[in-house]
Amino acid sequence: MLDLTTDTGGIISPNPFWLASAPPTNSGGQIERAFDAGWGGAVWKTLGTPIQNVSSRFGANKLYGNVEPLGFNNIELITDRPLETNFREIYEVKKKYPKNAVIVSLMVETKEEWREIIKRSIDAGADGLELNFGCPHGMCERGMGSAVGQEPAVNERITGWVKEYSTIPVLVKLTPNVSNILPHGMAAQRGGADGVSLINTIKSIIGVDIDRYVLEPRVAGLSTNGGYCGPAVKPIALFMTGELGRHPDFRIPISGIGGISTWRDAVEFLLLGASSVQVCTAVMLHGYRIVEDMIEGLETYMRTHQFERVDQMVGRALPSFSEWGNLDLNYDTVAKIDANSCIGCNRCVVACQDGAHQCITVGVDVKAPLVDESECVGCNLCQIVCPVPDCITMVPVENSLPPASWNDHVNHGAELRMKKGVH
Amino acid sequence: MWKLPDARSESVFEDYKAPYDAQQAAAEASRCLYCYDAPCIKACPTGIDIPNFIRKIATGNVQGSARTIFSANILGASCACVCPVEVLCVGDCVYNAAGIPPIQIGRLQRYATDQAVAANWRFFEAGPDTGKRVALVGAGPASLSAAHELRRHGHAVTIYEKGSVPGGLNVTGVAPYKLRAEDAMAELEWVLGIGGIEFVMNTEIGRDRSWESLAADHDAVFVGIGLGPDRSLPGAALGGVHGAVAWIEQMKLGLVDLSSVRDAVVIGGGNTAVDCVRELLGLGVPGVTMVYRGTEAKMSGYAHEWDAAKKDGARALWNAAPAGFVGEPHVEGVRYTGTEGPGVVPAQLVLLAIGQSKLGDQLAPLGIRAEAGRVVTDATGATSRPGWYVGGDAANGGKEVVNAVAEGKRAATAIHAFISGGGHA
Repeated sequence: MLDLTTDTGGIISPNPFWLASAPPTNSGGQIERAFDAGWGGAVWKTLGTPIQNVSSRFGANKLYGNVEPLGFNNIELITDRPLETNFREIYEVKKKYPKNAVIVSLMVETKEEWREIIKRSIDAGADGLELNFGCPHGMCERGMGSAVGQEPAVNERITGWVKEYSTIPVLVKLTPNVSNILPHGMAAQRGGADGVSLINTIKSIIGVDIDRYVLEPRVAGLSTNGGYCGPAVKPIALFMTGELGRHPDFRIPISGIGGISTWRDAVEFLLLGASSVQVCTAVMLHGYRIVEDMIEGLETYMRTHQFERVDQMVGRALPSFSEWGNLDLNYDTVAKIDANSCIGCNRCVVACQDGAHQCITVGVDVKAPLVDESECVGCNLCQIVCPVPDCITMVPVENSLPPASWNDHVNHGAELRMKKGVH
Repeated sequence: MWKLPDARSESVFEDYKAPYDAQQAAAEASRCLYCYDAPCIKACPTGIDIPNFIRKIATGNVQGSARTIFSANILGASCACVCPVEVLCVGDCVYNAAGIPPIQIGRLQRYATDQAVAANWRFFEAGPDTGKRVALVGAGPASLSAAHELRRHGHAVTIYEKGSVPGGLNVTGVAPYKLRAEDAMAELEWVLGIGGIEFVMNTEIGRDRSWESLAADHDAVFVGIGLGPDRSLPGAALGGVHGAVAWIEQMKLGLVDLSSVRDAVVIGGGNTAVDCVRELLGLGVPGVTMVYRGTEAKMSGYAHEWDAAKKDGARALWNAAPAGFVGEPHVEGVRYTGTEGPGVVPAQLVLLAIGQSKLGDQLAPLGIRAEAGRVVTDATGATSRPGWYVGGDAANGGKEVVNAVAEGKRAATAIHAFISGGGHA
């Protein structure tokens, strides 16, 4: 019997799928519809002193001809609705959906403001708090958001204030706009956080209107940097999740965020140490309904891999996250092209010739290209560009040498195989 | 420059493949795998760099896309519409092997080239004047392609045309649901925009002026005269019996009266026959029967075209050899023998699509060798007489517009080398 219940630093939700603090969690009516659709939790759009937003708030990064954005960017700020309205709706949602997790995202300045807004959140029935130390546009100019998240000492101090006042779990939302995520996760942990959520958006310019010479999204004749999210940021988020997840001194749970669009993305975050995941862009583009597929896909995956609970998956891929110096240099793979399924597009040929190590050539009198295995370095590029699933496989080649990493070689003189592709 | 009559029977036809709008073009273009050493290029007689022109559509570089197309095929707009892409580029798209619908290359090509012609985007300039002169006989696709290429090299070109309208079968012969005469003419005018392509119209070489005289005032001669008149059958001199190519020309350039035609018969099994069948059905003839002496599997008309004709309501008599006509002075039916016969198919109109005569033998007095009426050439179109070249249907016996364009361009390259090296016809 599968159990999708998750515990993220004491925040319990019926499944690991939460909506991230963003436009999809702007109001009670939206969140109720999201819970009806199947979302396990929702992080309410950040509350603070209400602001005024600009028109023209979003931009997208689309590959030519594609409808689906690779990346997405926004210059919207925190809630622009009255705090009373938000707290009333939080109360109503919690009353109606007691089993779903409602986490309230907060961003204020002074200690007194923190005390006040935490009390009101708890009174409204929130299951947890998320401290928005990540927003990289607008709010950081006012000393909040990523201005806090980029300074470990400030992060730790404010987290400490919050923990002083809060009786419910506290997550610190981290900004990726730092060169190393570790000190920031550690600062949150030292401040007493019950967990972290990451990543917030990445400082970005989504594009330029090439006819007007103005950045996008254009607000009259000006624009500003925004926060980048969507599928393009997933690898960055996975790295930061794994970087914290694998560190022996980092012990608090992670709620993973960053480009999660499918159940498969979610599984990857869980395997790298996230206890729950948060989704925004995919919902903005396609609506709450995508969660049905996410839940089903996760369940099927768990059954296939014989997991019964989500926590059994958490961090399962972390032991494989090592350093380059530990990788086995004697591990040798070569590309094998299945001539039966090859359709003859020669994409692998041009990629290998121009972008890799010149070991694939056009087939002579046959449709399938030829691989010179003595030159193939096993780089995977051909497999990546091949449009036919499983047509190109990277097959390990036996050699007589035992595994040997660079570290083994430097420290113990381990024997390395002959280099390939160095013609 | 040339005015087509306003009243033309072909005007009732609409495009059987609708043009793409920008969104449709972008969606289709972005599906292209951008193959390397792509099979579609090899399948194109003019060797258009298809993946590249499609990628340029996808990135919004439509002018660059059109330039890529026209660089290889100066009649790229009409070829986009009239090419049998199902058996050429589209037929060889790698997606076919994956069981995925192939890229609609013709429609994408039309998307780019139509815009180029409509907006008069210019890509090519005439080369500096070389003082060399080339005569081109026949104003069809082969000569136009050759003339344009020769102008790029700076040679003076004169096209001699026996009719009053240039363009050849591209204007007078292609099925109007693929391309109407005015659109072929618009592209022709665009091609002439390079400047310096002179025309001598209503002049048939060999009748109004001798072949040999061309050599006197030109450095080279290109012969692109296509094929001769429709072949006929004994007893065909009846009212209502027409050669297919002649009838199509009348339908495209003027009016054909079908008001008293309930039943029409098209004799033949090639692409001209299938075109006639679809044209007659499209013009409202209730019953159209193709009478062919062979089997459906043996017909030389493309299967995809015949399938479309069947959908339009075409009937066929297979293994039916025409044996004469019924009626006097106007045809009332076609007699046939064969496995289904003997019998008579009623017809108030009969089109003979059984091939055209070949004109190669008329060049024999010039010392140009021909076999079975077809001029013998090398791969460039050079004949047995130095300085004389042949291309298009006159050389290949009757192929597609795209073949004529390819042969014209190839011959122009050879002519350029010939006259630049001091050769003279």
